[in-house]
Amino acid sequence: MLLFLGKRLLQLVPTLFFVSLIIFSLQQLLPGDPALAMAGEERDPAVLEQIRRQYRLDQPLYVQYVYWVGGVLSGNLGESMRLKEPVLTLITQKFPVTLQLALMAIVISLLIGVSAGVISAVKKDTPVDYAVNLVALWGISTPNFWLGIMLIFLFAVYLGWLPASGYVGPFEDFWLSLKTTILPAFVLGNSFAAVLMRHTRSAMLQAMSSDYVRTARAKGLAERKVVLKHAMRNALTPVVTLGALELGTLLSGAVLTEQVFSIPGFGKLIVDSVFNRDYAVVQGVTLVTASTYILLNLLADIAYVFINPRLRS
Amino acid sequence: MPRLRWIGLLAGLLLASAPVAAQTTLRVGLAEDPDVLDPTLARTYVGRIVFASLCDKLFDIDDGLNIQPQLALSHATSEDGKTVTIKLRQGVKFHDGTAMDAAAVKGSLERHMSMQGSFRKPELAAVDKVEVTDPSTVLLHLKNPFSPLIAQLADRAGMILSPKAIAEEGDKFGLKPVCAGPFKFVERVQQDRIVLEKFADYWNAQNVHVDRVVFRPIVESTVRLANLKSGSLDLIERALATDLKEIKADPKLKLATQIEIGYQGLTLNLANGEAGKNGPFGKDPRVRQALEAAIDRKALTEVVFNGEYLPGNQWVSPKSAYFQQKFPVPGRDVAKAKKLLAEAGVATPVSVDFMVPNNPESRQAAEVIQAMAQEAGFDLKIRVTEFATSLNEAEQGRFQAYFIGWSGRIDPDGNSYIFFKCNAPQNNGHFCNKDVDQGLDNARQVNKPEERKAIYEKIADKVLKEGSIIYLYHRLVIIAHSNKLEGYHQLPDGLVRFVGVKLKP
Repeated sequence: MLLFLGKRLLQLVPTLFFVSLIIFSLQQLLPGDPALAMAGEERDPAVLEQIRRQYRLDQPLYVQYVYWVGGVLSGNLGESMRLKEPVLTLITQKFPVTLQLALMAIVISLLIGVSAGVISAVKKDTPVDYAVNLVALWGISTPNFWLGIMLIFLFAVYLGWLPASGYVGPFEDFWLSLKTTILPAFVLGNSFAAVLMRHTRSAMLQAMSSDYVRTARAKGLAERKVVLKHAMRNALTPVVTLGALELGTLLSGAVLTEQVFSIPGFGKLIVDSVFNRDYAVVQGVTLVTASTYILLNLLADIAYVFINPRLRS
Repeated sequence: MPRLRWIGLLAGLLLASAPVAAQTTLRVGLAEDPDVLDPTLARTYVGRIVFASLCDKLFDIDDGLNIQPQLALSHATSEDGKTVTIKLRQGVKFHDGTAMDAAAVKGSLERHMSMQGSFRKPELAAVDKVEVTDPSTVLLHLKNPFSPLIAQLADRAGMILSPKAIAEEGDKFGLKPVCAGPFKFVERVQQDRIVLEKFADYWNAQNVHVDRVVFRPIVESTVRLANLKSGSLDLIERALATDLKEIKADPKLKLATQIEIGYQGLTLNLANGEAGKNGPFGKDPRVRQALEAAIDRKALTEVVFNGEYLPGNQWVSPKSAYFQQKFPVPGRDVAKAKKLLAEAGVATPVSVDFMVPNNPESRQAAEVIQAMAQEAGFDLKIRVTEFATSLNEAEQGRFQAYFIGWSGRIDPDGNSYIFFKCNAPQNNGHFCNKDVDQGLDNARQVNKPEERKAIYEKIADKVLKEGSIIYLYHRLVIIAHSNKLEGYHQLPDGLVRFVGVKLKP
């Protein structure tokens, strides 16, 4: 086990090196001059020159890369050109916001998607099944942007139940936090719930026609028990994997939803930084996101080994 | 006796529960997230909106763009125009309790003039040195006479910062700004909120009736308006012209508008790079005049902006004292446009690479211009480009026409010098004329408005015929606010000021 862990950890070194190289190189493909983007209306040549010097934009690319990687290795992700804040501070500010939103979205999508999928499979080819499928199709095809704005108008402007946008942390005011995040979490969860519903339905249909379900029914078990204890438990395995993958995607920020609801998360940070050519922030956030993915992948591998002893050899 | 004690206790309780004046918090929706809150390093328009509550300047403006005292009480320029004496308001304190005096003014101006990466350096380039004669008097010694200086000091270059905070925070001042404005800094969560609270020792504190101001950046204009309608915000800036009808129809909302001090226009490439040298506009000024004659400014503003924007043809709006009546906004004349193209001897359709920043308003306006120009013999090929990229393309001369505007400055020099002067930083079309250059320099050296206007008239005569910018319209500064907000008044610079404003519960 230790050998396995050691090997995997060693593999991380070149992977992260390549990731950093790709992030840095891809960013150079962005058209536009960061100093000019930063100056905006105030583009005086002498000031632009100073900005380029200050942020080493006048240095060859490999020098810039070495400085960046050197900083990263010593725990310094650099400083935002636009905001003068350390990138690490920005990331630590934004990550909990994105995490909260992602977890809420996953919970919402699991609650809706799995229950709808199970009902649809149990009531196969009935009006209930058709209705659930129709709603799922609507969920998949509705653009988040549009749904977000509609929900804001319904719940904030007309009904006045929820704030229109913004974010409050759960430790600041729990209920207000829930109120500010429920709509964006629903919008995010909605489309994924539809995907989950389709997967759950097909997995459930497969499970329901399997031998062990037939045996359970033959033993005289109540249908409720057959569905919930036998069929659903087995059908859920791929669904959980799907949920974990989606969580990874959500953690890298939900750009449009964060924009519509003015949620100060990763997505909004990275979009603003790309538009402002705030290279240090783009590099920092992308590196952290990529590393999170790699780390989650490693944890999943370790978990498999624990679950399946055959893999240890 | 016990009964008396009970009565006393009850009276005490009643007194304790008597209504205490509730804290008033004014919530403001911004169209963007401001950049760093350091007046020396800041460069965005939206940042100036926050500064208007946070950092007082030496001077401010009024409705007619006239200079008004703020931290300074008066100014006087010497006969030779090379020394400006500024008398300061006395007894003013910074948010950290230290005194705002002549030494602080000198410290701030010198920081603006010399700090690495300072965007104020070009604005104060005429200042040679700053001298303190007594605690409430500052002398600015200039390299040359420079009439727009006081207008510069009515913007970020005139913001005075606490010397103690400058010394302690250095280039991190913007993370915890300490100035002498009506509200002091409390906290900032990037992209979420900027919180300010009333500064009790403000020199004009008796006119500050709001306890806290919270600025929230909400990029989507629809969502910004929804927040205002739902009561989550009390004021929003840059509402869309197309939303005006909806705002007017809502009895809970009020509007405050002004025509902007900036403009929107077409920058034409006359000689910048290959696209300019080989393009249609550098060859003959009549091609430029033909394009201008093909555009119906009134129809453009009516179609795209519900007629709310003001058609214009100069670098200042028709409402400005510096607008040259001799050159009124021309109407559309397709026959004239065709005639001019024929006289210029160019083959039609004249193909033009038309760069348009990627936002809905610009795209719509560009499409209308394209359709109008087509009738006169132009083929404007719209190239929608992301904003930061378009800046770079313009700088490199990779365009023939560029749809771009300018947020505007108080003094007409700020809307003209850097765009017309040969090799000036914003002169992307590379227009260059020695007489215009001389005129621009002359206008900086005289102080009397009528003399300056006469100089600008000569410049306009040249620039409006041969220059690289076709001015199209001036946007409306649209501020929408809740009817609970009383006493709000909008100035043409588009900034929001909360001194004198009351918020009803």
